[in-house]
Amino acid sequence: MKAGRALAAALIVAAGAQALAAAGDARRGEEIYSRCLACHALEYDRTGPRHCGLFGRRAGSVPGFAYSDAMRRSRIIWSDATLERFIADPLKAVPGTAMGYAGVKDARERADLIAYLRAANRTACAGVR
Amino acid sequence: MSFLEFANDPVIRLSRRTFIGSGLTLSGAAVALLSGNEALAATGGKAGEDDVRILNTALGAELEAIAAYQVGAESGLLQKPVLDLAVTFQGHHKEHADVLRKTVEKLGGKPVAAKAKYAFPTEKLKTQTDVLRFAASLEKGAVSAYLGAVPIFHDRDLAKAAASILGDEAMHWAVLRNALGEPPVPIAFVA
Repeated sequence: MKAGRALAAALIVAAGAQALAAAGDARRGEEIYSRCLACHALEYDRTGPRHCGLFGRRAGSVPGFAYSDAMRRSRIIWSDATLERFIADPLKAVPGTAMGYAGVKDARERADLIAYLRAANRTACAGVR
Repeated sequence: MSFLEFANDPVIRLSRRTFIGSGLTLSGAAVALLSGNEALAATGGKAGEDDVRILNTALGAELEAIAAYQVGAESGLLQKPVLDLAVTFQGHHKEHADVLRKTVEKLGGKPVAAKAKYAFPTEKLKTQTDVLRFAASLEKGAVSAYLGAVPIFHDRDLAKAAASILGDEAMHWAVLRNALGEPPVPIAFVA
């Protein structure tokens, strides 16, 4: 019963995150993504892994990228909901992650950022996984 | 005022020398702060491990920035005085990397090494403006990265040192924006 309630709560949170991401503005999200450019790029790995092919990918699975043990073991599958949780507070979501970043604290900015990543994965990432 | 006028203006040149000099002073202070603080090494534990991880990520990004400026400098697209400026900024990143590496070692960690090869969008770099725009995007990202790192250090001295580097990256970003003919400081707060 307890597990059922926890699952229901998780589903509600996930649905909420998905709805927020769906409402995000990809154009504003592109500007927010500029904050990520010290370490990330869409098409290729840098200090952080590439973001093309992100949605549906298991965390820590880009071939050849040197992830932290914590990220490899996180069992996260990247989606709007898991990204929302991770971006809000990376160190809390995955203790031990190499992403030493406080997080994007504003829910609207997270939604915009996720909307941009979704849009970029539909357009700029053609042929890049 | 174009960037070349900006760079050749005697008043600005003087400011640039002062800027470069102050950068060296800051880095010297950071070296003393990071390399000389024995208390940091004794911190240890999970907090120490967390801080080392953050420092190592910053080190990785600095090493990549050094490589990026090298690509720019060797591209043949940068003309003096822009080339000199790029080399100067690369020198700052080398100083950041050196301090970060020493600090990771001091704290008992293993510093990340430079990659044998970095991926850069060289196919999109056709002009000096392209190179400047690419460099500006990296520097802006660096400002945000350090801003995101400052509040999560367990050790406040490390947070202070990271903030010192953040200030340097912000100056790079502003000068590169100016070189591109954009308002050098477009906003009151960085994010």
